[in-house]
Amino acid sequence: MPVSPSPAGAEPASEASRPPVLRAQGVSVDLGGRPVLDAVDLTLHQGEVVAVLGANGSGKSTLVRAVIGLVPFRAGTVELFGTPWERFRDRARLGYVPQRSTGTTGVPATVREVVLSGRLARRRLAGPSRRADREAADRAIDLVGLASLRRRPVTELSGGQHQRVLIARALASEPDLLVMDEPLAGVDAASAHRLAETVETLVHGGTSVLLVEHDLGPLTRVVDRAVVIDHGRVAFDGPPEAAPAEHVHHHPHSGEPSRVEPLPHEGVV
Amino acid sequence: MLELLDYPFMRYALAAAVVTGVTAPAIGTFLVQRRLALLGDGIGHVALTGVALGLLTGTAPLLTAVVAATGGALAIELMRTYARTSGDVALAMLFYGGIAGGVLLINLAGDGASTLNSYLFGSIVTVSPSDLAIIATLGGIVLAVVAATTPQLFAVCQDEEHARVSGVPVRLYGILIAVLAAVTITVAMRTVGLLLVSALMVVPVAAAQQVARSFRGTHLLAIALGLVAAVGGVVTSFEADTQAGPTIVLVALGCFAVLAGVRGIVALATRRGRRARPASA
Repeated sequence: MPVSPSPAGAEPASEASRPPVLRAQGVSVDLGGRPVLDAVDLTLHQGEVVAVLGANGSGKSTLVRAVIGLVPFRAGTVELFGTPWERFRDRARLGYVPQRSTGTTGVPATVREVVLSGRLARRRLAGPSRRADREAADRAIDLVGLASLRRRPVTELSGGQHQRVLIARALASEPDLLVMDEPLAGVDAASAHRLAETVETLVHGGTSVLLVEHDLGPLTRVVDRAVVIDHGRVAFDGPPEAAPAEHVHHHPHSGEPSRVEPLPHEGVV
Repeated sequence: MLELLDYPFMRYALAAAVVTGVTAPAIGTFLVQRRLALLGDGIGHVALTGVALGLLTGTAPLLTAVVAATGGALAIELMRTYARTSGDVALAMLFYGGIAGGVLLINLAGDGASTLNSYLFGSIVTVSPSDLAIIATLGGIVLAVVAATTPQLFAVCQDEEHARVSGVPVRLYGILIAVLAAVTITVAMRTVGLLLVSALMVVPVAAAQQVARSFRGTHLLAIALGLVAAVGGVVTSFEADTQAGPTIVLVALGCFAVLAGVRGIVALATRRGRRARPASA
């Protein structure tokens, strides 16, 4: 049994009556005919910050993409806020921050335009943005600390600033669950600390956070629980400081590049 | 210059140019944003087969072209969705099939090279009042739909996965963009021709990007530049006695060159200014 759906004693009694924000049970995913996830369970309660850790190719990104409906699963069930995935329509409650791609679109767009597009789940099929949409977008931009860059094209931003734009876009719909896929990839130290502060602010407001990372870095202090995925199965579920580091780093392509480690035994002058 | 308004055929030509010039970049901006700049070319080639079917069956070519172009656009969009890896090959095959089918059928219909030429490169001075009515109606529909759905189209073209997680019906909007592009191509067919139609959807956008910093700014400036190129091209072709379609495209490329130059000069001046400031302080 890799993980129990509701860890005993890990939550206040009042939480027990409420359905978990996310409950995935027995999720199995095949990609290109190859099994990537094998009967994985994952539960997230309100206000909890859970980090999914694992090496490249462990299936950690696939797990998160499966529970938000971007990857079809072969077996298992996913419930969001107590509603089965297939019947879940209240998409504004779900904020998604994809892995930041270096590729940009063919037309420039400002920070505010990109963040405003995060309001779509709260809008109709057509029509211009309303005042509430613009105000929510501006609040999200303020929260990630980009107010002064609001009118900048996103292509002129640094990696860390761009990541904050994507987070603001997810926050613009005022979600109850924020899902982030490798939010620290290519992010400078200042932006990483800023991100940790943002997550703290959100959790104080009752938001739950599910994130995928190689290495938690400054996020370690805000994470309540770490789930380590190894070869498509849950290898660990518990406090982040107790997470077995070898599961995260044993893969040659994972974690920090090896050159940052000192090489004391190399006989090079 | 105003003498050209004395000719009814020039009045129709200018009206068709206004509709085309505004409509093509209005939808073209989303194609460029989605990195599908060549989609217009693919649909244009398929539309040629539609024109040929119209000539062969004695139906208005404009209408058969709308049907064929829409069908081609749907085929491209579906292939893009379900067979992602071979998307560009699928597009290439539509290019070849469209041109081969079109040329074959036009010859079968007994029409020669001049008919083919008029559809490939435009024949704006032969636009009749009934053509103009169809062009204006279709163009108006495209503009109205684009104006109403711009936030949704922007989100889908900006980040398809994020839009899908937000519950936006991504596939529906993808099809909408392809269909709008197909209708626009038929609108522009008489003005710039099927081989150059995509230029009017892409070049004004590329030109606008040189100076605009926001999506909205790019979109609006591209529409303005499309209008300038289309009307300027028709007027120039009347004065210089050149074919309208290629003239319009060259005017649009001229706009691009000028704005790219402006951008270069501004960038150079900014860099000089930055270097000069610490020295003077």
